[in-house]
Amino acid sequence: MTRRMALHIAMAVIAGLTLIPGLWMVSASLMPAGEASSFPPPFLPSRVTFEHYAELFTRLEISRYLLNSIIISTVVTAISLLFNSMAGYAFAKYRFAGRDKMFRFLIAEMVIPAQVTTLPLFLLLNKLGLVNTYAGVIVAGMATIYGIFLIRQFALSIPDSLIEAARIDGASEFRIYWSVILPLCKPIMVTLAIFTFLTVWNDFFWPLIVLTDDSMYTLPVALAILSGEHVRDTELMMAGSVITVLPVLVLFIALQRYYIQGIMMGSVKG
Amino acid sequence: MGSHNIVRTSRKRDTTHIRNTAYLFLAPALLPILVFFFLPALAAFVLSFTDFDIYSLGDFRNARFVGLKNYLQLFDDPLFAKSMVNTFYYVLVGGPLSVAVSLGMALLLNSKLARFKGFFRTVYFAPVVTTLVAVAVVWRYLYHPRFGLLNYGLSLVGIDPIDWLGDPTWAMPAMILLSVWKSFGYNMIIFVAGLQSIPEELYEAARIDGANAWQQFTRVTAPMLLPTAFFVGIITMINNFQLFAEPYVMTQGGPLNSTLSVVLLMYQQGFRWWNMGYSAAIAFVLFAIILAGSLIQAAFQKRSALTT
Repeated sequence: MTRRMALHIAMAVIAGLTLIPGLWMVSASLMPAGEASSFPPPFLPSRVTFEHYAELFTRLEISRYLLNSIIISTVVTAISLLFNSMAGYAFAKYRFAGRDKMFRFLIAEMVIPAQVTTLPLFLLLNKLGLVNTYAGVIVAGMATIYGIFLIRQFALSIPDSLIEAARIDGASEFRIYWSVILPLCKPIMVTLAIFTFLTVWNDFFWPLIVLTDDSMYTLPVALAILSGEHVRDTELMMAGSVITVLPVLVLFIALQRYYIQGIMMGSVKG
Repeated sequence: MGSHNIVRTSRKRDTTHIRNTAYLFLAPALLPILVFFFLPALAAFVLSFTDFDIYSLGDFRNARFVGLKNYLQLFDDPLFAKSMVNTFYYVLVGGPLSVAVSLGMALLLNSKLARFKGFFRTVYFAPVVTTLVAVAVVWRYLYHPRFGLLNYGLSLVGIDPIDWLGDPTWAMPAMILLSVWKSFGYNMIIFVAGLQSIPEELYEAARIDGANAWQQFTRVTAPMLLPTAFFVGIITMINNFQLFAEPYVMTQGGPLNSTLSVVLLMYQQGFRWWNMGYSAAIAFVLFAIILAGSLIQAAFQKRSALTT
């Protein structure tokens, strides 16, 4: 009984420590300007104010960055889900010359860190006129090797007989993919959708490079730049952080079962 | 069986059609990967042997092959040396620390006595999904020497204020503390999966032999969990080698370059000073290090797959 209590006290204390940065972020975002920079540091606002959120949306045009982030994350998620699932299904269920070699080569490419590709990719997009456009961010995420891999592993477990039966019924190959395979792949598709959306939303390195004009910034890029200019506006920056983090946090909490399953699939099979 | 034969012949007739369909299914994913990932990676290798700079940006013909000059220059560049030392410090201290914390938390969470597991798992995992830039902005204030909560908390237990981000000695430990907070939940999940895959009979057998809790951990849990720990260790190291957003937001690599990471230096050289040839060489050194880590991981996994 006492051991059980000690265990739960330890877990609760660590949970508290884990939550402090987030709780303080929310709390400070609601403090009157300047209050977070007083001593001793207050944990709760003396009076709750939404003025910093108002300022972000009126004077600093955060709705623009929010919109940019939503558009880019949604489009990348939709496109990559379609392309990855088609390729993953093909690798799992079609026989063609060089399939296994091609797949192994693709997997081997995963060791290349994204940073290595950024310099020539920037030059290429510069030539194509895609620097500082949504497309410039999107093309880099249209398909991912990891996504193809996840779908393939899942699709391997679909019995061939289902596909054969659909063929005998006269279904076209695309129709089989769309009406037979995709519905069966729903769990892994949800997992991959959350993964992709969160990754793109949180990404910083590539958008920082390819989005050069401040009207095109995504939330993380805008927040990084703003936080350099508004070092002393603690409460304002906390409000900006809340707006950046909240969408992904809500998405994660709503769909965490799928997210956590995905991590375990990747780790066991990867 | 008649119907079986019909399927056979129709299948033969359809082989080419099916193969072509396969290529159609692959092309939308593989073409972008080829054009926007694989070819740029190859091009970066070529770029690293040129003196590509701001003048070449307007006209590529202004770039010249300079052989190994960029790589040789790296050895003489004190900033590069500093960034390597910093990054290895971050990887070799922060990585094992993060893995140890993850393992400890996984053991707590996996304990039979533990309740509300779902709640605690969500709380511990939440930092993983948060936006790194936002987190770095928040922690910059938490680390404030006078108004930051961290120093206030430490003052309650009698520790003098530390200038976390302003003191070259403490700036990197500050980055490490943030990374442990941000990443332990991820590895914890993998460890929990590893713990749950250990057969209960092994513990029963150990108990029958009179093993206490500690002996059960060292004789059963630890050896069974070794492949998982190795996997977790390598991914954590690979991730940590790519340190960028935290110093970019919190310190810009300072103070006195004490948080200048390899990727931050690569970014500055490539996209601030437009020394793209030199920057590409830095990127390839990073790649070589990550490749070495991955090969060790692959060799280990192959060996453990053969033995178990």
